[in-house]
Amino acid sequence: MSSSDSDLTALTAAELADKLASGETTSVEVTQAFLDRIDSLDGELHSFLHVDHDGAKAAAVDVDARRGAGESFPSLAGVPIAVKDLLCTVGQPTTCGSRILEGWQPPYDATVVSRLRRAGMPILGKTNLDEFAMGSSTEHSAYGPTRNPWDTDRTPGGSGGGSAAAVAARLAPVAVGTDTGGSIRQPGALTGTVGVKPTYGGVSRYGIVAMASSLDQAGPVTRTVLDAALLHEIIGGHDPMDSTSLDAPVPGIVEAARRGDVSGLRIGVVKELGGEGFQSGVQARFEESVAMLTEAGATVVEVSCPSFAQALATYYLVMPSEVSSNLARFDAMRYGLRVFPEGVGDPSAEQVMAATRDAGFGDEVKRRIILGTYALSSGYYDAYYGSAQKVRALVARDFDRAFEQADVLVSPTAPTTAFKMGEKLDDPMAMYLQDVATIPANLAGIPGLSLPAGLAEDGLPVGVQFLAPLQADDRLYNAAAALERMLLDKWGGPLLAPLATTSEVPA
Amino acid sequence: MPDSPPDITRDDVAHLAGLARIQLDDAELERLAPELQKILESVATVSEALEGAGDVAPMSHPTPITNVFRKDEVTPCLTPGQALAGAPASEGQRFLVPKILGEE
Repeated sequence: MSSSDSDLTALTAAELADKLASGETTSVEVTQAFLDRIDSLDGELHSFLHVDHDGAKAAAVDVDARRGAGESFPSLAGVPIAVKDLLCTVGQPTTCGSRILEGWQPPYDATVVSRLRRAGMPILGKTNLDEFAMGSSTEHSAYGPTRNPWDTDRTPGGSGGGSAAAVAARLAPVAVGTDTGGSIRQPGALTGTVGVKPTYGGVSRYGIVAMASSLDQAGPVTRTVLDAALLHEIIGGHDPMDSTSLDAPVPGIVEAARRGDVSGLRIGVVKELGGEGFQSGVQARFEESVAMLTEAGATVVEVSCPSFAQALATYYLVMPSEVSSNLARFDAMRYGLRVFPEGVGDPSAEQVMAATRDAGFGDEVKRRIILGTYALSSGYYDAYYGSAQKVRALVARDFDRAFEQADVLVSPTAPTTAFKMGEKLDDPMAMYLQDVATIPANLAGIPGLSLPAGLAEDGLPVGVQFLAPLQADDRLYNAAAALERMLLDKWGGPLLAPLATTSEVPA
Repeated sequence: MPDSPPDITRDDVAHLAGLARIQLDDAELERLAPELQKILESVATVSEALEGAGDVAPMSHPTPITNVFRKDEVTPCLTPGQALAGAPASEGQRFLVPKILGEE
């Protein structure tokens, strides 16, 4: 491995894009450097479920040739990317981290994937996740957990632990994740990376295997705020194939990420998202971030969102209800696994479906389907799902009132730093609490961003979360870019996971 | 709504699993009953937020949803071969499935 190749993997996507545009390097060189790094380091991390050496290299050759012929491309052309294995990709398996889709090859691309291909971004492979994106640690993947590059005895968070770990360890410059209750932002906090959940409807859900359709949203996983904005601009925007896609232009997010000016900005600290239940080191880094924003000219106010106390309960009724409906499509008839029940001579389709779902789904998926079936069953519907839908409206109303007092809201992203593998696996409620600060944004549909805010007393990364009103994603990028610039000045450079600075083992 | 949900028994879980078409074994039923009980006790507090809130319209979706129509024009779609490529079994241009009628 030459030193120039190692240097390429240390660059941000924006820096790589500049070098590609100026002809200093080629997409083939860049893509190969990341593939080599994956080959040498991902055995330990397990951030990828599938690596597409040939496809990525072919896409790199193609973009280099077209650039050489004078074709002009969007900003990140030639920069390789990793994609969460919940998005359909022609030519690569899409398993959702589940046995029920082992080896499944989708017949079409997700719109997000089509847009990456059109932008000339080679797809390195598919990243690991909790099965069907259900979990907060990536331990619920049927193919084994992903490890955190900061400490391989710890989880990278979830469900998008694969995308976050890959970006934190520099196995990919950028990645795509999905966020239903925090699955982009919480892994971002636990791995020291940037994660953005755009406004609901801002990025197409077409071709993304549905978990909870009214909550799911795809977004960028990166190491810098600017990289996230550049990627968001490529994957965002109206898609007629998704009937919930917003028919409105993407706000000026790249310009906002370059501006990073909080002078005169009103920043609201959400009283209910912090304090009790939050690790002291997490709370300390958060408060320092707020102080830095104040020094940079922002006005800080405390806002109260009383119904957030029931946001987690609301989420764990709404989400499983939608899950139980969405996952009914895995019926062993049209795609995926088919298992015949033991000891039944001539089984019916229904018996085959039940045997297949028992064999193909993991524990957490079964828990949520059955919980949702309960919440939607007659006699309980009004008490559970009905009440939850009303509280969801109150959560949105609390946000509306808070945004009358503040332009952006801030909180810690997750209540703790990265936790040990196995620590919360047998206690579902303890695992669910990881998302207590991220869930309200999904319920209301508003955008959120997690930015690394430093290390806690245990030496592990902490995330600070920014929240903005519907379709005001640009405010997130502006405020986060300002804080990022101040933090980088203070630290003298980005925070790097120990595995991020590990060089390749010579072949 | 009562603050504590009714007890979830092993038989309740078996009934729900039947509705959800998941053939759980005995060990799974035994394990899931207390787990679901604990989760339901935690989420049963949801209606506390509604106390004193007055009349609240339920929210099913983050943004107002209206029907979206496309033009009534023929556009390219999957070929039968593509649609059947991931099927567990197929015959000709059809999905091949176990019997759907005649259950005992």
